[in-house]
Amino acid sequence: MTEILVRFVVGGVVVSAFALLGDLLKPKSFAGLFGAAPSVALATLLLTVSKQGKEYASLEARSMLIGAIAFFFYALVVSRLLIRRKLPVLPVTGFSMAVWFACAFGCWNAVLR
Amino acid sequence: MKVKFDTGGLGLSRWYEYVIRFVFGGTITALTGIAAQHYGAEIGGLFMAFPAILPAAATLIDRHEREKKERDGLDGTQRGRVTAGADAAGAAMGSIGLMVFGLIVWLKLTNSLLSLVLVGATLAWLAASVMVWELRETLYRRIRARLHAASGHGLHAAAQRGSSTHRRFDE
Repeated sequence: MTEILVRFVVGGVVVSAFALLGDLLKPKSFAGLFGAAPSVALATLLLTVSKQGKEYASLEARSMLIGAIAFFFYALVVSRLLIRRKLPVLPVTGFSMAVWFACAFGCWNAVLR
Repeated sequence: MKVKFDTGGLGLSRWYEYVIRFVFGGTITALTGIAAQHYGAEIGGLFMAFPAILPAAATLIDRHEREKKERDGLDGTQRGRVTAGADAAGAAMGSIGLMVFGLIVWLKLTNSLLSLVLVGATLAWLAASVMVWELRETLYRRIRARLHAASGHGLHAAAQRGSSTHRRFDE
């Protein structure tokens, strides 16, 4: 339980810091780069290496590569739907999560399993 | 387009918006750990690149842009959505940097100092993301210049209208 709480606090702080940095930058397309900052990865890797070692964390980083490819397609779909179709933001960002899950688990199944 | 710091955006954010981001970030980091514990490092690792903050950020951007327009007595629905879309386009470019980050950590972590790998990989993420963004900006500038040179007045005017609409929303 303590470990989960530590992860929650460290993750919250790192993600908030990168988000705040993005708020300070213009134009929005540049600020958006910080929406894909390795904030969750930094928080996770710091805690994983101390607990489970470098080999384990390295395996996680390999999977993260696939997660990042899925992130690319997710963000691409969201940006196209918002800019071209001008659909409402919350349903677009929410339902498009299916793209991330399909791409991440599809690639994982094809490459790493 | 020049990149600049603008602290004006901070004034638009409310305290609970920072709390939402903190909770989103914390929850995803905790879930990544739980997923790794239950299903192993390979599944847990996928969530290290989960778009944790993007939905919250896009929703906030949409609302801020709408409120700005509404203060001037205008309907800012479309502007809000397109500006949130520009932010998501930036995130897509940043995700290419995220791939570079993952690659460096995967290949270097086992035989290097943790702090050195994390600092190096984060700098590589930033450099790769900015390079992709710059490349896209340069391509857009060239395409606009070619349209300007090759087209007649009518086509040029249409292209200008299109590009200025794009720019306005991107600012």
